[in-house]
Amino acid sequence: MNEWKMLTLVGQDQPGIVARITTALYEAGAQLGEASMMRLGGNFTIMLMVKSEQSIEALTQCLTPVVQDMNLTISFQSIEASLHQHEIPDSIITVYGADRPGIVAKTTTALLEAGYNITDLDSDVAGSEAEPIYIMQIEGIATKGMAAVEKAVEQIKADGVNVDLAPLDVMIG
Amino acid sequence: MAILDILKYPDEALKQVSEPVELFDEQLQNFLLDLEETMRAGPGGVGIAAPQVGYFKRIAIVDVSSKPKIKHNGCMILINPEIKTWEGMKIGREGCMSVPDYTGNVIRAEKITLQACNAQGELIDYECTGYEARAVQHELDHLDGLLFLDRLVSRRTDLFKRKVYKK
Repeated sequence: MNEWKMLTLVGQDQPGIVARITTALYEAGAQLGEASMMRLGGNFTIMLMVKSEQSIEALTQCLTPVVQDMNLTISFQSIEASLHQHEIPDSIITVYGADRPGIVAKTTTALLEAGYNITDLDSDVAGSEAEPIYIMQIEGIATKGMAAVEKAVEQIKADGVNVDLAPLDVMIG
Repeated sequence: MAILDILKYPDEALKQVSEPVELFDEQLQNFLLDLEETMRAGPGGVGIAAPQVGYFKRIAIVDVSSKPKIKHNGCMILINPEIKTWEGMKIGREGCMSVPDYTGNVIRAEKITLQACNAQGELIDYECTGYEARAVQHELDHLDGLLFLDRLVSRRTDLFKRKVYKK
């Protein structure tokens, strides 16, 4: 039973979500792994690796007081996971343009066809309501070489989106 | 020659400030050979500092010449190094043999000038830019007990390249 679960949490942003959730997990004897937590559209979101001997039902029970008090939605799922498996991305792709349907779909499809494996993506809608702009930063690994990705980037550019591909040269010292 | 063991954080010894080298003797020459071999044995290692192998003297080696298309000074043996000038700032991704399985963003000066003794104790002036300047600053931090973990900035910090707009 001592295996990793992924905790997914969403709720209106308010102070104390992280402290109260992680305290409840700590008191339940759970171990925490890698996490991504951020505010999206006024909601606070958590993706958190949790390792525990307890069942999903028991862990959910441990969090129930906090979840009810703060009006959060959570779910645990069993995952096949391990730590110390980071892949180092070799490039960063920045995309921005006037917001319109299909930017993400077209960009990521072109990158997929070029053998690009996305390791991290975050995106935002900025500008104004009348004239929204879409900004996306992608980190990943060019599994079929950078030349293929460069070609994909040119193809995306031809579609009227600003795209910039920069190598990510990690300095290991 | 031998590949030396790398100290890994949370080993508190990595936080120690190293002492200047005073004797440029045969023992030092042998240590430099071992240190260089240890650096080259590391995956993608372009630099190493003596405290990383538990020798708390102000010695570092930087060699970024294996990286394509960048300016470099070849293999730099840096003994009692001192950075004289700093210019510009840039965010870049760093990792460390003493902190396996983690990379993070660090702000470093883009251009530095420094003075250091070579293996024979002769004082040499260097000018480093970009990737090489980053490597030197990372290694020299080790001599003062600092890890790149002490200088992390947000992964979400703006990584847009500052471009010179042509029109």
